[in-house]
Amino acid sequence: MSALFSFHGGLKTTRHKTESNQQPILVNPLPPQLTVPLRQHIGAIAKPLVQVGDRVLKGQMIAQADGYISAAVHAPSSGVVTAMELRPVPHPSGLSDECIVIETDGEERWIERQPLDYRQLHPSEVRGALRSAGVVGLGGAVFPSAVKLNLEGQGGQLDTLILNGAECEPWISCDDRIMRERADEIVAGLHIMVHLLQPREVLIGIEDDKVEAIAAMREACAGTNYQVRAIPTLYPSGSVKQLIKLLTGKEIPVDGLPADIGVQCFNVATAQTVHRAIDLGEPVLSRVVTVTGHVARPANVEVLLGTPFSALIAFCGGYRDGVERLIMGGPMMGFALYDDEVPVTKATNCILAAGAGIGELTPEQPQMPCIRCGACVEACPANLLPQQLYWHARAKEFDKAQDYHLFSCIECGCCSYVCPSHIPLVQFYRYAKNEIWAQEKEKQKAELARQRHQARLDRLEREQKERDAKLRQKAPRQAASTAVTPEADKLPIEAAVARAKPHRIAAPADASPASVAADDDRSEPNS
Amino acid sequence: MRFKTATSPHILLETSVGQIMRRVLYAMLPGMAALTWFFGWGVLINLVIATVVALAAEALMLAARGKALALHLSDNSALVTAWLLAVALPPLAPWWLTTLGVLFAIVIAKHLYGGLGYNPFNPAMVGYVVLLISFPREMSTWLVPHGVGQVHALGLSNTLTIIFGNGQHLMPDGLTGATSLDVLRTQLGLGRSVTEIRNSPVFGIVAGRGWEWATLGFLVGGLWLVYTRAADWRIPAGMLGGLATIATVFYLIDPQHYAAPWFHVCSGAAIFGAFFIATDPVTASTTPRGRLIYGAGIGILVYIIRAFGGYPDGVAFSVLLMNIAAPTIDLYTQPQVFGARRG
Repeated sequence: MSALFSFHGGLKTTRHKTESNQQPILVNPLPPQLTVPLRQHIGAIAKPLVQVGDRVLKGQMIAQADGYISAAVHAPSSGVVTAMELRPVPHPSGLSDECIVIETDGEERWIERQPLDYRQLHPSEVRGALRSAGVVGLGGAVFPSAVKLNLEGQGGQLDTLILNGAECEPWISCDDRIMRERADEIVAGLHIMVHLLQPREVLIGIEDDKVEAIAAMREACAGTNYQVRAIPTLYPSGSVKQLIKLLTGKEIPVDGLPADIGVQCFNVATAQTVHRAIDLGEPVLSRVVTVTGHVARPANVEVLLGTPFSALIAFCGGYRDGVERLIMGGPMMGFALYDDEVPVTKATNCILAAGAGIGELTPEQPQMPCIRCGACVEACPANLLPQQLYWHARAKEFDKAQDYHLFSCIECGCCSYVCPSHIPLVQFYRYAKNEIWAQEKEKQKAELARQRHQARLDRLEREQKERDAKLRQKAPRQAASTAVTPEADKLPIEAAVARAKPHRIAAPADASPASVAADDDRSEPNS
Repeated sequence: MRFKTATSPHILLETSVGQIMRRVLYAMLPGMAALTWFFGWGVLINLVIATVVALAAEALMLAARGKALALHLSDNSALVTAWLLAVALPPLAPWWLTTLGVLFAIVIAKHLYGGLGYNPFNPAMVGYVVLLISFPREMSTWLVPHGVGQVHALGLSNTLTIIFGNGQHLMPDGLTGATSLDVLRTQLGLGRSVTEIRNSPVFGIVAGRGWEWATLGFLVGGLWLVYTRAADWRIPAGMLGGLATIATVFYLIDPQHYAAPWFHVCSGAAIFGAFFIATDPVTASTTPRGRLIYGAGIGILVYIIRAFGGYPDGVAFSVLLMNIAAPTIDLYTQPQVFGARRG
């Protein structure tokens, strides 16, 4: 089965890859200070293991994974921890997050590296090592790889393991260069993934405009049964759903995961870090970043995590005149940053200094009414009706937006790109999704309150029954005994209290669930 | 260094509503040139009147609704409405007829229904139907095409006088006459067979003389619209397919009583309607499958009106009827989203 499948929609965008992909990966010099965020992955924030003033070695774990879906963070170079505080991080919100700041000493002194022979280890030990090494998806989603490398999560059998070398966004070329220069490392990482997942087949998808990368990967895969497939250069071919469809013809079900259809997908750069983590004992300390657009010398640069964007830009010769927007990621899905004083993280695949230029930044266009032309329908890779989604999102008819499968939207931006009315469609969908999530949370809160209230009523009723039962047990004894004891004296009182109780309980039942929940938190004087 | 932010995507295709509408205008040129050749100056004069009135009405309504004038005027949508209506009017229609139709289309059918993107009915067709119902005599006074009659003998100044004043005395005899669809309809009513009727001088190679050339012009422009994706191929395909299918069925049943499918497809406003009127995206169905159904519905209604209804042609009524049906069609023709099918 070598035939390729296709997906609906998609775009032929301008490419702009040659600005950055014509020279080998450069290495950014060691910066004097590294600001390492504790949240560089999806999941729980890592728990710090160091304190201000501690000396750290290169590769030393400075924060550990907290829970199953989490990843460790390491000192990218040797030096001294000078601060642990909130610092600006690259995030669309522009908000700050917990960071460990390291003053580098320039010595690059490593911890003792312990290469592992994964063939001798239990898969769970390999996964543990990957989690400790901070291995996450480097395609931009930064999901902890160890979680995805658990065969039990795939129902014990995996059909297809896919390596994603599509790199469909314009401008970005870091994966292209990694595949050209480090194909052997990628394949070495792939061996480990195969060992853990035991897939029936291994496919490597690369867009067909990356001729050199395809050749390099084919060469590195020689002698294995890994198949390198050239896929059409059509955005968003690198999106997990679309890539899996292209390579296998399977569609990830709505609300499903790749594992549901027996597929697992990793970025090529992730495979390289898997290799380094296991075979060399080197945790994830750096990544390759494409620096391109309006900079003097666009390039792919190997950068220590925590390096400020500004230092990286300076290394690439600084901004050219006319930079209007600083984008992390590509121009289709990347987000704009408020400031370049933010650190490179595991998610930073590209820094695009965008100025007015073809394919770089489109000047803002006035928004016109939707004329329902359907250009968005033709472009949508999720096969949605973006114009209807827009209509309902705009009218705040969120239930109807969900009827039109709002949550199948992958926010690839194809609809906005082709819209002749220049409507920021994706923004409307994000807004609608956020509103729905907020409503869901409210609903869950109310439901929880309702459940607690019901539980309380049940408990009181149960206690009441128990008391009644006790009372009935005692009553015949009382009738039998003619002597009046102080204990028997008390019984009518108890019975009266018990009779009064349901009324007291009934009262708050009419109140709102929230107030009842609050009431429930107080101690119950009568019980 | 600090930067301004905005949400993704950061790049957009170079396209605009104004550009799409401009393409529709360009695409009408070949057909209009043919119409002008066969029916004289009146075609162009109608066009000028409609353009001026439409722009004025559009500007007035935009101002009244507090919209940015230059931005919305440059979307060219008013021009498209005006041209569509002008082409559909008889070449010597009095100026007030054109004016009234355009005013109704722009002011009521477009803006009072919410303006561009919100109007449920095709404005040009609303204007046309209002005129057709209110002024049936003026609306059915078509000229006989050049080659049959003496249209070219009527100069520019005489045409202007007829349109703007009381110039009925300037009209040479035999200048006006029935269209081929009119002839077909009345003659069939008189019990004549299709073959006999086809011998009338108003018929050309496949359809009405002169008309068939205009139709060819609109077909060329329409195909270009489809090629440039300014119009979705599904609507004209659905409409012409629907019309041809039902016409074939009746033609096979009784060829002497029902005209051939190619005659129906090439006659009247079928081609023009399929590529230029039914394709108005605002009022059409918006799902891919829905557009095929919407088009087919128009085609079938056109045939029913032509063959069994009270009017010789029925594009305008059919389009408006299917406009009503469009939201329902959309509801039941949603595409299957990615991942809805298992495996």
